Amino acid sequence: MRHFVLGYIVLLVAIPFSALLFFAFKDGLGAFWDRITTPVALSAVWLTLWTGLLVGALNAVLGTATAWVLVRYPFPGKSLLSAAVDLPLAIPTLVAGVMLSILYGPTSLVGEKLGLWGFEVVFAKPGIVLALLLVTVPFVVRAVEPVLNELDPAEEEAAIVLGAGPWRTFRTVHFPAILPAAISGSLRSFGRAMGEFGSIVVVAGNIPEETLTAPVYIFGEIESGIPEGAAAVGALLLLIALALHGSARFLENATGARHAQT
Amino acid sequence: MRKLDRLPLIEGPAVRAAPLSMTPTAPQRVRRERALGKVALLLVVTGYLAFVLLAPLGALLVATWNLGVAEVVAAISEPLALDALYTSAVLVACAVAVNAVIGTFGAIAFVRHRFFGRGIISAMCDLPLAVSPVMIGLSFILLVGRGGVLDPLLQAIGLKIVFTFWGILLGTLFVTLPFTVREVAYVLEEIGTDEEEAATTLGASPWQTFFRVTLPNVRVALGYGLLMAAARTLGEFGAVLVLGGSISGQTQTATTFIHDAIEERHLSGAYGMAVLLALCSVGLLLSLEWMKERQAAARHRSRSVTEDEVTT
Repeated sequence: MRHFVLGYIVLLVAIPFSALLFFAFKDGLGAFWDRITTPVALSAVWLTLWTGLLVGALNAVLGTATAWVLVRYPFPGKSLLSAAVDLPLAIPTLVAGVMLSILYGPTSLVGEKLGLWGFEVVFAKPGIVLALLLVTVPFVVRAVEPVLNELDPAEEEAAIVLGAGPWRTFRTVHFPAILPAAISGSLRSFGRAMGEFGSIVVVAGNIPEETLTAPVYIFGEIESGIPEGAAAVGALLLLIALALHGSARFLENATGARHAQT
Repeated sequence: MRKLDRLPLIEGPAVRAAPLSMTPTAPQRVRRERALGKVALLLVVTGYLAFVLLAPLGALLVATWNLGVAEVVAAISEPLALDALYTSAVLVACAVAVNAVIGTFGAIAFVRHRFFGRGIISAMCDLPLAVSPVMIGLSFILLVGRGGVLDPLLQAIGLKIVFTFWGILLGTLFVTLPFTVREVAYVLEEIGTDEEEAATTLGASPWQTFFRVTLPNVRVALGYGLLMAAARTLGEFGAVLVLGGSISGQTQTATTFIHDAIEERHLSGAYGMAVLLALCSVGLLLSLEWMKERQAAARHRSRSVTEDEVTT
């Protein structure tokens, strides 16, 4: 039984990814390089990287703030807010995209107002960032929450008794404790953002060198029957994802944190 | 601040005994800062969640309502929509059945056994969470699609995978792999081997131990993982679009139905199906919360039982 199950896992995961790497590199490194440096591919990869990094950074701050609020402040509707944080884990990303395009689309009330101020969300870069923020809400929150919960209150009391203000207490007591969890959650959301497809297809479309992200580029290449181009960009993304996954796993093992699952 | 500095710190126990919220000696400024911080943080956090999550969800509900309930219901009970829902349901059933077995035995293998490559294979299990569904679809296309590595073999035995049900099943099984394995492995690690060893010492066979000790212990975690796998199956889009091609009546799932409906400007179908999926996922989420509470309650109960045994 054990060997059957382990064989299943290896076959299902390792073999397809080996095929991807094989196709990406079978014509040599030069061909691989040419395929990822075409202007459209390059701008797609760049767009994916910077939006992912931005979302990872925003999540580190906003996610920590959310975890802080959920752990420390009693307020009406708290359990609702906590359930809302998990919502993106359950809502299909495509549906998330539909939701955003309804609210911020050019024909909606909000979208029209924003359009008048010259700020386009749907089929533009802000839409990508919004979609990525939506699907990555839980990662940092759920990583930081248990750490804040398990912090010894004596340390904080000591800081206050010694005369530290709230900000200094946070900086010297809480910040060092939650930093690894916040970083691993942030890496997870960066990784997730890099692979996001469903919501971006709906919200941002596929305008080359404008809103075309790397996963959407890969999809387009598959559709037009160019698997080599797709494989090259796919292999690049896979390697970055592996590096992110590895470092997040390392941080989680070091701190005993578990990450949110999508 | 100054006042606090002059407090007699030697009387530590007395100071520590007072709960934080009631420290009468906290200076006015610190208390004011803390209250201000609380209000500001609450505003920022609720604003952020409303902006990216709650308002869009509300917009979907309002837009669907404005289309008219009758029209939306009609749109999602068309034959093609029902076909898509049926395909999604079959995928959920398959994913749950396969993951129940793989999750349980995979977790037992990772936690209870030591073997060569254990770390690598267990890391592999997490990989589907870390890579894009589109890349998963692409990898399978390169493996079993036309011109793929295994294409000659598949043609020889006459099996078509890409753009058939087998393709979307393969993609679904890949993306749902981690959930049950992780949940069950976590619980197995927590409960340790005492009970299993006791069963073995009392003469139970491995299968008896599994069915009467291990399985009841991981039951809740397994259910939890399976619910997550079901939610992920319902919501999976990238992999089933690439591998299935969204052929109406064959490989079109609920999510790819929404995608096609948007492309065709068939709004009542798209929004109706989106609301239906959102409702399903909220339902699954609520059952997850309920299971989490049950699990916590069960753990609490077992702890108090052991304490009782110790005292009597």
